[in-house]
Amino acid sequence: MIQAENLTKRYGATIGVTNLDFRVEKGEVLGFLGPNGAGKTTTMKMLTCYLPPTAGTAKVCGFDILDQSMEVRERIGYLPERNPLYGDMTVRGYLDFVAQVKGVKPAARRGEVDRAIERCGLEQVPRRTIGKLSKGFQQRVGIAQATLNDPEILILDEPTLGLDPKQIIEIRQLIRDLGGEKTVILSSHILPEVSQVCNRVIIINRGELVAADTPENLRSRLTTSSVVRVALRDEGDALARAEGVIAKIDGVIAVREKPRERGMGALRVECAPESDLRVEIARSLVAAGLPLLELYREELSLEEIFLQLVTEEVS
Amino acid sequence: MGKLAAIYRKELQHYFQSIIAYVMIGSFLALSGYFFFSIFRYYNYLSYQYASYLANQAGRGPYPGGNLNLIEGVMRPLTGNLSVVLLFVLPLLTMRLLAEEKKQGTFELLLTYPLSDLAAVIGKYLAALTVFAVMIGGTLLYPAMLAIFANPEPGPIITSYLGLFLMGSSFIAIGIFFSSLTSSQIVAGAATLGVSLFFLVIGWAAPFAGPTLSNVIAQFSLFDHYDSFSKGIINLPDVTYYVFLTAFFLFMTLRSLESSHWRS
Repeated sequence: MIQAENLTKRYGATIGVTNLDFRVEKGEVLGFLGPNGAGKTTTMKMLTCYLPPTAGTAKVCGFDILDQSMEVRERIGYLPERNPLYGDMTVRGYLDFVAQVKGVKPAARRGEVDRAIERCGLEQVPRRTIGKLSKGFQQRVGIAQATLNDPEILILDEPTLGLDPKQIIEIRQLIRDLGGEKTVILSSHILPEVSQVCNRVIIINRGELVAADTPENLRSRLTTSSVVRVALRDEGDALARAEGVIAKIDGVIAVREKPRERGMGALRVECAPESDLRVEIARSLVAAGLPLLELYREELSLEEIFLQLVTEEVS
Repeated sequence: MGKLAAIYRKELQHYFQSIIAYVMIGSFLALSGYFFFSIFRYYNYLSYQYASYLANQAGRGPYPGGNLNLIEGVMRPLTGNLSVVLLFVLPLLTMRLLAEEKKQGTFELLLTYPLSDLAAVIGKYLAALTVFAVMIGGTLLYPAMLAIFANPEPGPIITSYLGLFLMGSSFIAIGIFFSSLTSSQIVAGAATLGVSLFFLVIGWAAPFAGPTLSNVIAQFSLFDHYDSFSKGIINLPDVTYYVFLTAFFLFMTLRSLESSHWRS
């Protein structure tokens, strides 16, 4: 459904996100997890065609976000971070307006708005002014407008931000229900939320993709794994060979290639829990005659990132 | 088309369901009523003078006050005053059009709908234009009153309203442009007022600018182009001027929206 390739956004000299590669399959509920300022919102804004990427691209339902933005926008429902709504309109009036702007046919409009109202539990308040509703109901209105015109993909930016615990539970349930029929991407900086709602999680930190896996796998890996970074001179097929050599070492879980720069290629080696494989890695690389430049244990590990994340909410 | 109409209805609803339209139209009509009253009062005074002059000095040459005529004596000064009032009122009407949505973040959402920038801008523009039309439509009461008690020529009245409408539509286009540049309504309103005022006063520089330049400067003035309308003349260059100015600023608005995608 969604395929991002090298998605990069720079704001002048500041980096929003760099080289994001990920895929989202149909019917998945994907969570973007990361501390504030990690690049979650930027990524979502690019997928909704609001921000053009500086480099790289993404395809949504097979349509390019730059060249076929109208086709993409027709297939996406978006709830922005602060849930902007027209406070002076009534719930029904607002949804009716959005349905028109999204191009729902006049004959189908009433039914479509009714469906959104019902699906998002707004039956008690269709005539109320949005500005006077509770935050939880406003959030439902925001989600309702996203679901109008039956988009294949829902992109929800921090959908539970600023709600009270009861409302959070309700909104999470609503998202789970929607997940059955639609592909959903949501962002959060709260680990428990993501693990409850999502089938798969992408962790972003400082604009880089740190990990992508199911919440269960992530959690087991996070609590224990350790990471070693290896840098090699980028000559010939050195990187590919190194990857092969390292992968054969006992206790190595995964090897991932990082973006190359200035003639240097880097690998990120994920090792078994509480192991230190630096010596083994160095030995086998040298034995294979590979141009090793650097080798060190990763400073900002997943654990640390996650600690930041997890401590945000103890629920 | 349906999407443009949706934007138009939403904006119009915003104007008329809140107090904005009523306050603006109300104060504009109150002011224009005052202008009509005082101008008409003066005209009335002149006609009495004329009558007594005729009675006392019958047959001793023409009346020094010139020829009395409702178009020259009432309608031209009235619409001339109204055009200056519009200069101050219309920025208040247009400043919120895009700036408010930018501030509240609803604009971001609007741009992610399958809606072209053109439809959004034109829908909003037409909504402001409608409020403005209601505003000057209300002042038609005054020529109607004149028509009850006297015989004003209809032609110049129609053309001067056409001129007002064209001038107002340029003010609104300037306003929506500045509203697209910022998320602060005050900034948008002040910039619109400044630029519109500049178009008002630029004509004053014409007499001192040398033969060629003065011609160019005079052509830029929003108000000089209005003059022929108020006399009952529809002059193609004047119509073109307003239409071009409107189209230019609407085009600039679209460009500014496009660039805001890249800069934000």
